[in-house]
Amino acid sequence: MRNRRLVLWTAALAGYAFLYVPLVIVIAYSFNNSRLNAEWVGFTLQWYDTLFHDENMLVAAGNSLAIALVASLVSTVLGTAAGVAMYRYPARLLSVLVLAPIAIPEILMGVSLLIFFVLLNFTLGLVSVALAHIAFCIGFVAIVVRARLAGMDETLTEAARDCGASPWNTFRYITLPLIMPGVIAGALMAFTLSIDDFVITFFTAGAGTVTLPLQIYSMIKIAVTPEVNAVSSLLMLLTLALIILASKISPTLLRSE
Amino acid sequence: MSVVAARTGSRLGRWLVSGPPTLYLIVFFAVPSLIMVLASFRTPGEFGGLAPLVEEGKLDLNLESYARFFSESVYAQIFLKSFWYALLTTLLCLALAYPLASLIARSSKRYRDLLLLLVILPFWSNFLIRVYAWMIILGPNAALAKTVNGVLAWFGHEPVPLLFSAFAVLVCLVYVHLPFMVLPLYANLEKHDLALLDAAQDLGANAWQRFWRITFPLSLPGVYAGAALVFIPAFGIFAIPDILGGPDDSLIGNVIKQQFLETRDWPFGSVLSIVLTVTALVLAGLAAWVARRNLGAPSSAKESRA
Amino acid sequence: MALLEIQNVTRRFGDFTAVDNVSIDIDAGEFFTLLGPSGCGKTTLLRMIAGFDLPDGGRILLNGEDLVERPPERRPMRMVFQSYALFPHMTVEGNVAFPLQMARTPAAEIPAKVESALEDVRLTGFGKRYPHELSGGQKQRVAIGRALVTHPSVLLLDEPLAALDAKLREEMQIELINLQKEVGITFVYVTHDQTEALALSHRIAVMNKGRVEQLDEPSKIYGFPKTRFVADFIGHINLLSGSVSERRDGVVTIDVAGLGAVRVATGSQPAVGSRGTIALRPEKIHIGAKTPSDSADNQCRGTVAELLYMGDVTVYKVATPGDTRIEALLANSQSGRAKFFEVGDAVEVSWAVDAGHFIEE
Repeated sequence: MRNRRLVLWTAALAGYAFLYVPLVIVIAYSFNNSRLNAEWVGFTLQWYDTLFHDENMLVAAGNSLAIALVASLVSTVLGTAAGVAMYRYPARLLSVLVLAPIAIPEILMGVSLLIFFVLLNFTLGLVSVALAHIAFCIGFVAIVVRARLAGMDETLTEAARDCGASPWNTFRYITLPLIMPGVIAGALMAFTLSIDDFVITFFTAGAGTVTLPLQIYSMIKIAVTPEVNAVSSLLMLLTLALIILASKISPTLLRSE
Repeated sequence: MSVVAARTGSRLGRWLVSGPPTLYLIVFFAVPSLIMVLASFRTPGEFGGLAPLVEEGKLDLNLESYARFFSESVYAQIFLKSFWYALLTTLLCLALAYPLASLIARSSKRYRDLLLLLVILPFWSNFLIRVYAWMIILGPNAALAKTVNGVLAWFGHEPVPLLFSAFAVLVCLVYVHLPFMVLPLYANLEKHDLALLDAAQDLGANAWQRFWRITFPLSLPGVYAGAALVFIPAFGIFAIPDILGGPDDSLIGNVIKQQFLETRDWPFGSVLSIVLTVTALVLAGLAAWVARRNLGAPSSAKESRA
Repeated sequence: MALLEIQNVTRRFGDFTAVDNVSIDIDAGEFFTLLGPSGCGKTTLLRMIAGFDLPDGGRILLNGEDLVERPPERRPMRMVFQSYALFPHMTVEGNVAFPLQMARTPAAEIPAKVESALEDVRLTGFGKRYPHELSGGQKQRVAIGRALVTHPSVLLLDEPLAALDAKLREEMQIELINLQKEVGITFVYVTHDQTEALALSHRIAVMNKGRVEQLDEPSKIYGFPKTRFVADFIGHINLLSGSVSERRDGVVTIDVAGLGAVRVATGSQPAVGSRGTIALRPEKIHIGAKTPSDSADNQCRGTVAELLYMGDVTVYKVATPGDTRIEALLANSQSGRAKFFEVGDAVEVSWAVDAGHFIEE
C-alpha cells in the first residue's frame, strides 16, 4: 500500500516537474550573462535593460495591450449576453457559434478571417486582430458566465419579477451583481487570451503590425537572444498575476473549464 | 426553467440579449468559414490570393484544387502524419496525465484547488514561451543534449540532434496539451466512489485488476473528453513544427500556413483547411457520441444526473 | 363576482397533464388552500396564477380581467417562495424595499413603509442584517414582509412552512392566521400537509393528478369526503367497500367482505347491487370489552392486532373474524394509564349509523 502511494506521488511529481522545469529554465536564463541559452555563466540584468530599450518590443507590447483591452471589453459584454442567453433560452444557433471557435484548431479561424478581411479590402492591422480576438474570446466568457448562472439560485430571479421588476431590472439589480465575479473573471481571462494569442494573430495582423507574441516569434526564428527570455518572464509574471486575481474573484473559475 | 422563461419573457428581450453576440459571430466566424468553403472552389489569383469570382460574366468555380489534393499523394501522407502525431500526443498525454489526475483527485480538499491551479498555470503562460523553453532544453549546447550525446558517444554512436527533430515536436506537443488531458480526467476521477474499489478488493481483486477493471472503465468519459481536447488542436498545430521541427517534420498546419502566406495558393489552402475541419468535426462528433454512450453508467451513487 | 377566477385551466408537459381542466373561484379576504400530494398540480397552478407559467387552455381572471397578457411583474399578486428567495446581496431592509423601488415609490416614502412591513411580521430592528445571518423562521418572515409591503390583493404561498421544524411550524401557522385576519388580503396557500390545511383554511381544494377532487370547508372535507382519495388523504380513515344490498328510509346497507352487513345513513340513492364505500373515522368507533345494547348500531367482535401509542391518543387496529382490519382511536385522557387494551385482547367495536359517510363509486 505504502509503495503504491509512493509510486503515485513520484509519477505525479515527475508530471509537475515536467510542467514547470522548462518555464523555470526560461526565467533563469533571462538572468544569464551569456548570449547562448546553454550554460550558466553569471547573473546579469542586461537583457531586461535591452528589453526596455528595444523600440520594436515596446511598440509590440503597446499594440498587444491596446488590442487586449479592447478585445476583453467587447468580448466581456458580448460574452455575458451570450452566457445569459445560453442559460435562459434554448439558443442552439448561438451555442454552436460560441463554442465552435474554441473547439476547432485555431489555424482554421486564422486563415478564414484572412480571406474574409482581404476580400472585403479591409486593411490588416490592429483592428483586424482585435476583431478576430473578440470572436474567440466571446466563447470563454460565455462559458464562465453560464457556469456562474447555473450556480445561482433561480428562484431569486422569479422573486424579483414577482416583486415587480421587469426582466431588465431583474438582470440589473439581482442577476448581474450575483454573477459579477464570474463576469470579471471572464474579462481577465479574455485579456490574458488576447495578450497571449499567436496563431490567429499571425494570420490577421498583416505585414506592418506586430504584437508581443509575433515579436517573440520573429526573434525566435531569426535571432535568438536571452532578451526573449526576459520578455517571456515578464509576460509570465503578468499572466500569473491576472489569473490568480481572476481565481480569487471567482473561485469556481477553474472548474468551469 | 428555459421553457418557462421562453413562454413568459418578452420576445424583444430575448432578441436583445442573444442578438448581438449571434450577429457578431455570424459576421466574424460563420461568414468567413463559408467564404473559405467558397474559396476552395475558386481559382488562384495571378499574384496570389484569389482570382475574381466572376470572369467575363461567368461564375468561375471549379474543382481543380480538390482534384489536386486527391491526386497528389503527398498531401494525404502529410495528413496521415499529422494524424499519427496527434494520436501519439494523445496517448502520451494520457499516460502522463493519469497519475497527475489521480493524485489530485485523491488529495484532501484543502490541497485539491491548489494542485489544480498548479496544473493550469503553465497553460496560461504564453504558448510561444512554452515552445521556446524546449528550444533551450533541447539545444545542442544545453545539458540534456550533451548528456545524451555523451552517452551515445560512449557507445560509439553518432551525436543525435535533439532539436529540429520529430522528437522535439512530440515532446513539445505533449507538453503544451498536457493540462487539457488532466482537467477532464480529474473532473471524472473526482466523482468516483472509492467504496467500489474497497468492494472489489474485498472480492479478491489486486491493485492492477482494480485499476483495469473498475477505475479505468469508469474514467472513460473523462478519457474521451481529454482525448478530444488534445487530439483536435494537436491535429491542426503549426507553430511547434515550425519552430522545433526539421524540414521533414512539416505537418498539415505548416502546409496550410505555407499555402496561405508563402505560395499564396488560397484555393488549395482552403481545400486543405476544409479537409482538416471536416476531419476534426467528425472526430469531435465521434468523441461526443462515444462519451454519451458511456455516460449511461454512473460512476457512483452520488452521480444521479448521468 | 369572485376576486380570482380560475376557469377550465389546463397545463400539459408533453404527454403528462399537470393541471386538468380545473375551475376554482376564490373570494376576496379568503384563506384558500390547494392541498394534495406531490405531483398533483397544485404548485403548477399556483405558478400560473403568479404568471411564471401560462396555461395551455382556460383562463385566469382577476376582478374579471384576463391575466394572460400580464407578465409576473405586472400582476398584483405576490408570492412567498418555499425557499424564501431572499436576495443574498441585500440587507433585510433592501429586500423589503425592493418591490417599492420597482413600483417607483418616491424614495422619501420608502423607509416608513419598510418599517411598517417589518412591524407587521414582528421583525423590527432586523433591518440591517443580511439573509445569511437569519434563522429559518426569520427568513420566512422577511419573505412575507417583502411580499406584503406593496399591499397586493392576493398573496400566494408555496409550502412556506415546509422547511421549518414542527414546533416553529405550529407557531408560524398561528401567526399566519392572525396576519391574514389583520391584513385582510386573500391568501392562496399550497401545501401537502393536510393537518396544516385543515387548521389554516377557510376553504380547501383537494387536488389529485391535476384535478380537483373536492372543494369545501375543512369540516366538510374531513367529515364528508366525496371520493375515496379525499377520504384516504385527509386524516386516518376506515374504508369499507362492498355492494349495496338494501336501501330503505335514508339508510343504505352494504355487504362488506370479512365484516358482514354495514349500515350507513346517507342522502345518496345508490342502486341495489352497485358498489359503494363507507368512510368511517377511527374516533367515531367505540371500542370496548362489552357492547352497548343499542341494536341499531353497527357492531362486531374482534381481537386487537396492533396498537400505536401516540401520546395523546392510542390507535388500535382490530382484526375481525373475517380478517378485515378496523382502526379505532381512544384518547388517553386518564393520566397514569397508557393503554386500555393489549394486543390479543378480545374487544367489541361499534359505531352509529350516522357515524360513517357513504361514497358512491
